[in-house]
Amino acid sequence: MSPTPSERASKERGRTSRGVFGSGLAKGLAVTLRTMTRRSVTEHYPDAQPDLPPRTRGVIGLFEENCTVCMLCARECPDWCIYIDSHKETVPPAAPGGRERSRNVLDRFAIDFALCMYCGICIEVCPFDALFWSPEFEYAETDIRELTHERDKLREWMWTVPEPPGLDERAEEAKELAAARKAADKAAQTAEAERLAAHREQPPQETAPAQETAPGGPAPGEPAPGGSAREGSASGAAPDEDRGDGGA
Amino acid sequence: MDALDVTVRIVAVFLAFLLLPLLVGQTEHKVMAHMQGRVGPMYAGGFHGWAQLVADGVKFAQKEDVVPDGADRRVFQLAPALALIPYLLVLVAIPVAPGGGVAQTLDAGIFFVLAVMGVGILGSLMGGWASANKFSLLGGLRTAAQLMAYELPMLLAAASVAMAAGTLSLPGILGVWEWWWLPWQLVGGAVFFTAGLAELQRPPFDAPIADSEIIFGAYTEYTGLRFALFLLAEYAGIVVVSALTAVLFLGGWHGPSADGLGWLWMLLKTGVLAFGVIWLRVSYPRLREDQIQRLAWTALVPLALFQIALTGVVKVVM
Repeated sequence: MSPTPSERASKERGRTSRGVFGSGLAKGLAVTLRTMTRRSVTEHYPDAQPDLPPRTRGVIGLFEENCTVCMLCARECPDWCIYIDSHKETVPPAAPGGRERSRNVLDRFAIDFALCMYCGICIEVCPFDALFWSPEFEYAETDIRELTHERDKLREWMWTVPEPPGLDERAEEAKELAAARKAADKAAQTAEAERLAAHREQPPQETAPAQETAPGGPAPGEPAPGGSAREGSASGAAPDEDRGDGGA
Repeated sequence: MDALDVTVRIVAVFLAFLLLPLLVGQTEHKVMAHMQGRVGPMYAGGFHGWAQLVADGVKFAQKEDVVPDGADRRVFQLAPALALIPYLLVLVAIPVAPGGGVAQTLDAGIFFVLAVMGVGILGSLMGGWASANKFSLLGGLRTAAQLMAYELPMLLAAASVAMAAGTLSLPGILGVWEWWWLPWQLVGGAVFFTAGLAELQRPPFDAPIADSEIIFGAYTEYTGLRFALFLLAEYAGIVVVSALTAVLFLGGWHGPSADGLGWLWMLLKTGVLAFGVIWLRVSYPRLREDQIQRLAWTALVPLALFQIALTGVVKVVM
């Protein structure tokens, strides 16, 4: 005969509550009493500022010097809370006889934080690094219309944007660094090749001066990894900075 | 007993009735907060929110006193008073210090105290019935069921002490109290305290007011001052049950070097028990309605009967 449900239930109950009777109750009391003796975890916010992590989504700051009025942020914004006005200006030609250039001038950049849902898509999508997260959060207003903040206010918030946090330990290197290093290596190699070519053209006439320079530079014929790396970093600095300017 | 003496005693009871529940309430705010890793009220009054309950009282007094349309007006309005006043009356009979340290000595002290405390529950029943609200009615019914179940073990446990002392008078019981009554009446004390907790509808026995399932039960429709009176009744109840447990089972004013400091011992014991009430609230989840009933009828009543038997045996043998 199989055990009846009630028998089975009682057996299971016996199995689960094998500890001393009431030990569970005592454990519950002990937990609360122990917690009472510890320091509370409450953040005393208005009295003490909270310690916010660097990626806090407090408010969106505008680095308007970088803005090209491409409107990508306004178009990607899911709730259309970004307002951008601009006009075109004509720049006279740089050289006489050249063509006139036109450029966009930002007239108005406003974010309605009553609508914003802090998704951060505008910041992700900005190709010119003009929008940033700031951990600033104390901008409550008593009137909902005053939550639309204009460009001067957004620019002010840029000062509160923290430095980007460093990479995690053993994290993959940033793409920009890898690209810069690659360009530097390439420049170093071409410089090396040019020098080698110059050496090879000259050897028959001046053997003594060539040997004199040998201890300073790498000996002809062998690439000398240490010397090339030093030269690479020296000559790679220029293209690296170039890229940085273009990207920023 | 001259008029001055009577006045002093009445004023003393009133002061205790107004201050001690507030003290317990504030302690509950802070103790519960720290047991949950919080700090509790910090601003009212400046120093660690000591005036939080005063601020709450001011807020309650400002609120509109609403009586629902379908309510039984008279009964609805009378209920909070009926819930509160019995605890005031009970305080009159609780001895604090030896030699007349009680507002009114009653020969049938235990009888009076338990009877009047039972009346206090009627306030919840009236509120539940008169509110014309289904949540309130459910809460009232649960209160009634709880009253029926826990009044019996409470009475039996108190009867055990009365048997041991051979008197029904509370100062009389303390007069003949010896230290070894502590282990002797231990089971009865536990039953009395648990049943008292259930009578007060304090967690884990708060199914009748369970805010998360029946929206505060009988108090659903109450606002403002009347609601505050119900809350005050709850904390006054904690004081009364703790004080009664201290008198009946922990020896009241007795204690090491208690000469002249008996009232301090009494206050200390009451305070420790009140802390226990708060502690239990923080630690345990709410019992289901059937679990509450089962605990009363299958655990507390047999334990109380066992205590009476034990008391009887020891009494006869000695």
